[in-house]
Amino acid sequence: MTAEMLAVEDVAVAYNGRLVLEVGRLAVHPREVFTLVGPNGAGKSTLLRILALLEAPARGRVAFAGTPVRYEPGALLPLRRRMASVFQAPLLCDTTVYGNVALGLRFRRLTPGEIERRVRPWLERLGIAHLAARPAKTLSGGEAQRTSLARAFVLEPDVLFLDEPFGALDVPTREALLVELESILRDSGVTTVFVTHDRGEALMLGDRVAVMLGGRVRQVDTPDRVFGNPATAEVARFVGADTIVPGVVRQSRDGVCRIAVASGEIQAYSEAAIGERVLVCLRPEDVVLSRSEGAPPMTSMRNTLLGKVRRILPLGVHVRVDVDAGFDLRAFISKASVDELGLVEGREVHASFKVTAAHVIRRHDAGTAETSP
Amino acid sequence: MDLIWYGIVQAVGLLLRADPDVMAIMWLSLKVSGIATLLSLLVGIPLGAAIGLTRFRGRGFVLSLVNTGMGLPPVVVGLFVSIFLWRSGPLGFLQLLYSPTAIVVAQFVLAFPVVTGLTAAAMQQIDPRLRLQLLGLGASRAQMLGQLLREARFAMLAAVMAAFGAVISEIGASMMVGGNILGYTRVLTTATVLETAKGNFDVAIALSLILLGITFVINWTLTALQQRGAAR
Repeated sequence: MTAEMLAVEDVAVAYNGRLVLEVGRLAVHPREVFTLVGPNGAGKSTLLRILALLEAPARGRVAFAGTPVRYEPGALLPLRRRMASVFQAPLLCDTTVYGNVALGLRFRRLTPGEIERRVRPWLERLGIAHLAARPAKTLSGGEAQRTSLARAFVLEPDVLFLDEPFGALDVPTREALLVELESILRDSGVTTVFVTHDRGEALMLGDRVAVMLGGRVRQVDTPDRVFGNPATAEVARFVGADTIVPGVVRQSRDGVCRIAVASGEIQAYSEAAIGERVLVCLRPEDVVLSRSEGAPPMTSMRNTLLGKVRRILPLGVHVRVDVDAGFDLRAFISKASVDELGLVEGREVHASFKVTAAHVIRRHDAGTAETSP
Repeated sequence: MDLIWYGIVQAVGLLLRADPDVMAIMWLSLKVSGIATLLSLLVGIPLGAAIGLTRFRGRGFVLSLVNTGMGLPPVVVGLFVSIFLWRSGPLGFLQLLYSPTAIVVAQFVLAFPVVTGLTAAAMQQIDPRLRLQLLGLGASRAQMLGQLLREARFAMLAAVMAAFGAVISEIGASMMVGGNILGYTRVLTTATVLETAKGNFDVAIALSLILLGITFVINWTLTALQQRGAAR
């Protein structure tokens, strides 16, 4: 059966006796972009090297196209030749752009004519045809990474591995290349394993996302579901739900629960039963602040809590406001709103958010280490 | 000054006349040192690459040995090669002592640590992540090694120059294991010593100039090759 392009089972990797990766079961499907996302040191790159057959796991099984991988001399090369990798540093060889893009094809002993025929279109596609004769060491960061991408795509691999390919680029270069990569990946339909610590990149490129924390895969799902319905508090925190508060379900009606939290009540959609202990997660950008004098604002937001501004922290385009509502509640609002509301530390405010903004994690899920896809 | 000037004129004369004795000595020097350098590359490059690219117990010790070897005194090498090649020595049955082959052996012993040490250093200079990248592009182990050597080609040419320069100019080992036999094992350096001892300063100067000329032309060629590559 080859419904899975790559699969790992019970894989573990340890460096100097320290376990850095432990994955129960994980599969990459043909033609999907599978994103491994997580903070630095979560084991993403290690897992990528295992999947790319660049490193053997201390224990566990890896299967490629339905066949178990044998870690024996000579057995890996033919499999590796059906793959291609791009890393954070372009790692170009000391030759021309053309020579670099041709490198993998030379390893596969193609004739110069065939190499030329395959290299040219990819130089065009990545917008580096005019640089073909340039020595690689004279390229800018963006040009170098384009060369590195062309060098991988030209191999027409069964699986493409991208390990933080934009990590070293400046923001405009990164965004331009990200858009192009997205379109190339969609057109070519190549199975891709994409590693990033950037949640935005994961949302944009991944057909499925695996969140990795502390050497383990915590959740595997579509980007929408991972970001909208994080399975655990850690995942929720990683995907940007800065506010996580424990509570108990007091009432449940038509799928809407009334959940008692420290200072009051939060309404949220959940199938949790009455009396059940849950975690409520909130993204700071979903929280709206208003003056506490008078009645709460008349909006579609059914949740309003009273709190006191604890800290105001300007963060470039928006301002982070930490509110003490009996628990730590964080909001991102605009600089203009801060002035308009006359927010100062110590002042009382209303914090409002929609029923749909509050995501409920049921505690029996919250403790589990892994969710299966 | 007159002496040097006279020597230069003599040298030019010897070369122009293609003096058969001088030509034979020059040719033997080139041949012996060339072969020794070539052999040292064959052994030193894989060995140096292995030391430079892998991690193993006692690696630091091995590297220290190699680095010490880079500065081996030629007389010491000459002495030990002689002992091994003496008729009563462990390799005496080969009957190699006082032959050009013996000089090749001694010069190989001198040159291969140089090549090994410089190759190891060159390999350590390369970004270790490049090895993973090359494997990730489908390189076999041999292809990866070949590509790494290409990456280090300027350093490798420097290694060739250093090795050849060391052996063509050494005298202690050639003298001890070759014996400076006219028409058989006499090389440029041993001939220069002999002529100086005999008081034939003009010939000695001529021979030294030829030696200098050879090393210059070879290094010039290699440097040109190196710099042409670097400019690309």
